[in-house]
Amino acid sequence: MIEIRNVSKWYGDFQVLKNCTTRVDKGEVVVICGPSGSGKSTLIKCVNGLEPFQEGVVTVNGTSVGDRGTNLPKLRSHIGMVFQNFELFPHISVTDNIKLGQVKVLGRSADEAQERAMRLLERVGLVDQADKYPAQLSGGQQQRVAIARALAMDPIAMLFDEPTSALDPEMINEVLDVMVELAQEGMTMMVVTHEMGFARKVADRVVFMDEGRIEEDAPKEDFFGSPRGERAQLFLSKILHH
Amino acid sequence: MFAAFDFEVIIKHIPFLWQGMQLTLLLTALALCGGILGGTVLALCRLSRFAPLSFAAGSYVNFFRSMPLILVIFWFYFLVPLLVGRPVGDFYSVLIAFALFEAAYYCEIIRAGISSVRRGQVYAGQALGLTYGQNMRYIVLPQAFRNMIPVLLTQAIILFQDTSLVYVVGLKDFLVSGDIVANRDNRLFEMYTTIALVYFVLCLIGSRAVRRLQRKYAL
Repeated sequence: MIEIRNVSKWYGDFQVLKNCTTRVDKGEVVVICGPSGSGKSTLIKCVNGLEPFQEGVVTVNGTSVGDRGTNLPKLRSHIGMVFQNFELFPHISVTDNIKLGQVKVLGRSADEAQERAMRLLERVGLVDQADKYPAQLSGGQQQRVAIARALAMDPIAMLFDEPTSALDPEMINEVLDVMVELAQEGMTMMVVTHEMGFARKVADRVVFMDEGRIEEDAPKEDFFGSPRGERAQLFLSKILHH
Repeated sequence: MFAAFDFEVIIKHIPFLWQGMQLTLLLTALALCGGILGGTVLALCRLSRFAPLSFAAGSYVNFFRSMPLILVIFWFYFLVPLLVGRPVGDFYSVLIAFALFEAAYYCEIIRAGISSVRRGQVYAGQALGLTYGQNMRYIVLPQAFRNMIPVLLTQAIILFQDTSLVYVVGLKDFLVSGDIVANRDNRLFEMYTTIALVYFVLCLIGSRAVRRLQRKYAL
């Protein structure tokens, strides 16, 4: 479904991605972890073309993201994305956040979009917040709305860019629960996160990145079980100890 | 001196002054719309990654910001009729001058406003599949304008005061109307004081409104 082949990217002279190769098959959940600054967020943004890259190929469902001729808005409308800082639109209500893309991009009628929005809000447990503005919600609630907003587009895959990193600890689980449910329903997911509990529970594969390189790319059982590279061990020992 | 303050001359000429005020307000409103519209287009050009476009917009802004407003008014009043070969009308020539001049200032304000919208918001709009135009229209500009409200309105207040420069081409705005009465009836003190007070009160109300709007729409 998502294929990343030999992708390299530079900011000026600084190379943020070094020859990265990995893939996410249909229905697969792949967790990407690694220290900050290792290029995880940049890599996931290359998948829907939010970040351009200079070398390599990324294809989603057979469409090449880096091609000049690719209709990026159309491609992106099929891929849901959830951001670290939620990025709900602050000037419109929660419901309108979920309706906007449906109406303007997919061309659904306002009624249809409304109905879909309410169903998704029910699913993430926030029907009672429908008419509020994003700033009136807690971080965990905002992130759940952001997931609903992405799901409203009926995506073929979902990208999560550190979805719980900006949350207070007591709110992390309400977001992870929604994500676990999604994974169990068979959604294709690429998740940048440090939540190893989530990875153990639903990931099929774990990718470990360091200094712009993909250092490990292994099935979950292997990643958490057998001996690994020094860097990955060091990273895991650091984040698992608390 | 105040004992001699003649209120009657003011009251008597209220209708005449009101006509002048209508012109002032109309000119302000239209120049404001033109300036914001033009400024938005200019700002989008200036932020464009297509170099010739951003260069052209940048040159326009620098040019008008280096010109005294009064010269721009003169230029359109005297030279545009020559260029197009027929009279344009006082009001329209002045309106065009103001709109073009203000567009340069609004461009810079709006550009700052657009840049104040977080990058992540642009990403979020893009990720939904919005095109560049849709993203600007539904996500970026609404937030940018909310952030800009105080500066935009402050600039509008300055514009309101600057419209009095139509004095130089003799268009009968509020100031010129008052001036006519002052000179004809030899009531300089009364008229100029009244004019000053009216400008002061309107601008004061304007800046109060700015503060209230700011509180209401702050994101």
